[in-house]
Amino acid sequence: MSAATVTQASDAPGKAEAPILSLVNITKKFPGVIALNMVSFDVRAGEVHALLGENGAGKSTLMKVLAGKHKPNGGQILLEGKEKVFDNPKRAKKSGIVLIHQEQSLVPEMSVAENIFLGSLPKKWGNLVDWKRLHRESTEILDRLKCSFSSKDMVSDLSIAKKQMVEIARALVFTPKVVVFDEPTASLTDHEKPVLYDIINTLREQGVGIVYISHRMDEIFHLSQRISVLRDGEYNGTVNTADTNEDEVTKLMIGRSLEFDHASKPKDFGDNMLELRGLTVDGMFRDVSFSVRKGEIVGMYGLVGAGRSEVAETIFGLRKPSGGEILLDGQVAQLRSSHEAVAQGIALVPEDRKDQGLILGMNCRDNMTLAGLETVSKNGFMRPAAEKTVYDKYQQAMKIKTPGWRQKVGNLSGGNQQKIVIGKWLHTQPKLLILDEPTRGIDVGSKSEIHALIKELARTGYAVLVISSEMPEVLGVSNRIIAMYDGKVTAEFDGDAVSEDALVQAITGQYVTSAGKPDDQPAA
Amino acid sequence: MASAEHTKQGFMLSKKHKAGLLNFLSAQGILVFFLICMFAFSLTSEQFLSQSNIMTVVRQASIIGIIAVGVTVVIIGGNLDLSVGSMLSFSTVLVVDLHDKIGPVGAILVMFALTLMLGALNGLLVGFMRLNSLIVTLAMLSAIQGLVLIYSGGQNVDIANQSDTWFGVFGQGYLLGIAVPIIIFSLLAIIVQVVMSFTGYGRRIFAIGGNPVAAVYSGIRKNWCVFSTYMISAFCVACAALVLGARVMGSQNNVGQGYELLVLAGIILGGTSLLGGAGSIWKTVIGVLILGFIQNGLLLMGYPYYTQWLVTWVIIILAVWLDLANKRKRLLTRHS
Repeated sequence: MSAATVTQASDAPGKAEAPILSLVNITKKFPGVIALNMVSFDVRAGEVHALLGENGAGKSTLMKVLAGKHKPNGGQILLEGKEKVFDNPKRAKKSGIVLIHQEQSLVPEMSVAENIFLGSLPKKWGNLVDWKRLHRESTEILDRLKCSFSSKDMVSDLSIAKKQMVEIARALVFTPKVVVFDEPTASLTDHEKPVLYDIINTLREQGVGIVYISHRMDEIFHLSQRISVLRDGEYNGTVNTADTNEDEVTKLMIGRSLEFDHASKPKDFGDNMLELRGLTVDGMFRDVSFSVRKGEIVGMYGLVGAGRSEVAETIFGLRKPSGGEILLDGQVAQLRSSHEAVAQGIALVPEDRKDQGLILGMNCRDNMTLAGLETVSKNGFMRPAAEKTVYDKYQQAMKIKTPGWRQKVGNLSGGNQQKIVIGKWLHTQPKLLILDEPTRGIDVGSKSEIHALIKELARTGYAVLVISSEMPEVLGVSNRIIAMYDGKVTAEFDGDAVSEDALVQAITGQYVTSAGKPDDQPAA
Repeated sequence: MASAEHTKQGFMLSKKHKAGLLNFLSAQGILVFFLICMFAFSLTSEQFLSQSNIMTVVRQASIIGIIAVGVTVVIIGGNLDLSVGSMLSFSTVLVVDLHDKIGPVGAILVMFALTLMLGALNGLLVGFMRLNSLIVTLAMLSAIQGLVLIYSGGQNVDIANQSDTWFGVFGQGYLLGIAVPIIIFSLLAIIVQVVMSFTGYGRRIFAIGGNPVAAVYSGIRKNWCVFSTYMISAFCVACAALVLGARVMGSQNNVGQGYELLVLAGIILGGTSLLGGAGSIWKTVIGVLILGFIQNGLLLMGYPYYTQWLVTWVIIILAVWLDLANKRKRLLTRHS
C-alpha cells in the first residue's frame, strides 16, 4: 500500500500549481451555531484531496455550500480563478461541480440510462425521448467508467456498488471539473471498493479535481494526494499524504491519538446465552448453527446479502423460522414477535439506524426509553423524572453530544444517533445484544468509542453478536468469528488466530471446513 | 479545549432559545389565526360574540369534535379513518331505533357494542392484516352506509314518546349551566390528550406514526396499537351518535354523511400532520372550533349555508400550504 501511495504522490503536482477550485474563508452560520468559520480549501486538477473530520465537524456543510445547497454567510468560491456564486444546486452542476451523495438518489424502477440522464433526457421531434441517443450516450459514459452492466438494466436489479456507479455516471453527464465523493464506500463491501477506486483514479487521470470525504483512513491513504482536516467547523490544516501517517492525521482530527487494542479480550466465558440449532428461513438462510456465550463477542462476517441480517432478525422474532431452534440460556425460545424477543432479553441494534433504529422526529430522551417504557412508567403513566435519569445515565456514559434531551434525533450526527440506539437497548438490560453494522458511516473517533463500549459490555457479562462487513472491525472486537456465505455458515474461527485470507475465502465460498461446506446450490 | 467547549455550550444555548421561540410562534400560529377570525366576524355581526351564540357554536361543533378526538389518535398513529361518517349514521340510527324497542339503557349498550365491533373490523384489517388504511376505511365508509340502509329499510327512525324518556339529556341537557354535549366533548378531549401525552401507550402511538419500522424494531406491538386506535375512534363515534340521536330524537339514515370530511378538516386546520407521528388533541379542538365559528360567522353574515363548504376548504388548503412553507423554511435553515 505504501508503494501505491508513493507513486500516486509523485503523479501529483508537487509545485504550487493553481487550483481548479478554491474555497476562501467560507463562513456559514445557522441559527445559534457557526457551522463553518473562515474555512479555506482547494482542489487541483488531477488530484484526490481528502477531507476529514469527525461527524459534525462541518464537512458536509462545506460541500453543501460548494454545491449551492447552502448559501454561505461569508467567503468566496473560485472556480478556475473566477469567482462564482452558486445560489442553487443546478448552477453549481452546470459549472461542473458535482456531489455524489452518501444516500443514493436513484429511481429504482427506471433503467440505468434513464437514471443517468434523469432531468436532461435527450429529446427528438419536439418533446419525445430520443432512446437511441440516450442509450448510446449512456453506454459511452459507462464504458468510460469500465462498468460491466448495460444501460438498459433496471436500477432495482443492480447491487449497491453498481448503483453507486450509476450515481457517478450521472455526474459525468455534465463533464465535471470537480467531483465530490461523500463517504462513497459507506455501503460497499471490501470486495466492491477496488472498483470504486479504479473509477476515481480514472477520473483523476482525466484531469478532474476530486474531493474525497471518508472516515476510513486506509482508503484516504490509498487514494489521496493531500488531506485537509476540519474540526468543530474550523480549518485545521492540510498535509501531503505522502509525508504523514494515520496517527498524525487522527491527532489533527480529534486532538488525540487512538489506540486500537487487540490484546484486551477476555478468555473465560460463561454458559451459552444463545444457541442456534439448524436455524432455517426458506429463501434467506439455512441450517445456521452457532452459539454465543456470556461475556463473549462473536463476530459475524460476510458480504451484504449473505443472510447475516436475516439471521439477526429471526433471533429478534421478526422472521418466522421454517426450521431449527433458537435456545436462550439453555431453553428453547418461541419468539413470535420483536415484543416477545425484547421480553426475553434480546436486543437488536439494527443495520439501518435511520429507518429501523430511530424515530427521527422524536427527541433524544423519548427514543432512548422507547424499548423499555415499562421501566420508566407507573400504572401506564410516564415518569418524566425517571426518563430523564435514564437519558442522563447513557448520555454521560457514552458521551453523547446533544444540545439537550429535547433535541430531535434527526438533527444529531451519525455517531451520536448510533449511541442513542445502543443506549436504548442497554436500558432494557438485555442478556443478548446483537449489533448489526454498529459503526457504518461513523467517524473514527466515535467508532473506537463504540468498539470500546462493546468490549466493556462483554466484560460485564453481556453476550454480544456483532455483524459487520468490515474486516478490521470483526478482527478487532471478536473472540470468535462466524463466516457466512450465501445463506450458510461456512466457517468458524478463533478471533485471535485467523488470517485475513482465510476470512475472505470463507465469505466468498472458497473455504471448506467441518462447520459447513460450500456448494454450488444457492440456499433454497 | 476548555474554552472551545465553553463557546460551544454558548452556541447551543442560544440555538435552543431561538428554536424555542420559533416553535412557540409556529405552534401558536393557528391560535392567532383563530383570534383574527373571531375578531373579523365580531366586526360584522353583533351577535357573534354573544355568550349564547358562542355556546351554540361550541355545542354544534361538539359532535364533529368528539369524532375528531378519536380520528386524531388514528392519524397520529400514521393511519386514516374515513369510515366515521357512515359509522355515525349507523350508530345514530341504531340507538334511536332500539330506544323504543328495548329501552334506552339496552339501546345505548347495544349501540356501543356494535360500533366497537365496526372499529374492531377496521383495526383488524389495518392493524393485523396490514391493508392500506385509506382503502379499508373508504370501503368501510361505503359498506357501512349500505348496512344502515339494509337495517332501516331506507326509512328514517325516531323516538315516539319524546317526553317520556331521559335519553334526550345527552343532546339537550345541561349540567351546571353547561350543555351536556360540550361536557362530553371536553371530557373526551381531556382524557385522550392526557393519554397521548403522559402514558406509555401514547408514546407508542407517536412512535408508530413517526416510524412504524423502527417502532417494531423497538419491540412495540404495532398490530395491537394500530388496532386500538380504531377502537378509540369507534368509541368516540359511539359517543357522538349518542349526542346526535338525543339531540334530534330521531335520525335520517344518512345523518353522518360528510362528517368524515368535516372531521378531517378540523384536524388539518388544527395542524395535526396527516403523515402521522405528530399532532395533539388540543390542536384538533381548536381546529374544530375554528371550523364551527367560520360556519356560524358566514351564516350570521347572511351567506347561504353551502358557502361554508367552499370557504372551509379554501382555508384548509391555505393552512396546509402555510404549514408546508413554514416547514420548508425550517428545513433549509437547519443543517443536517
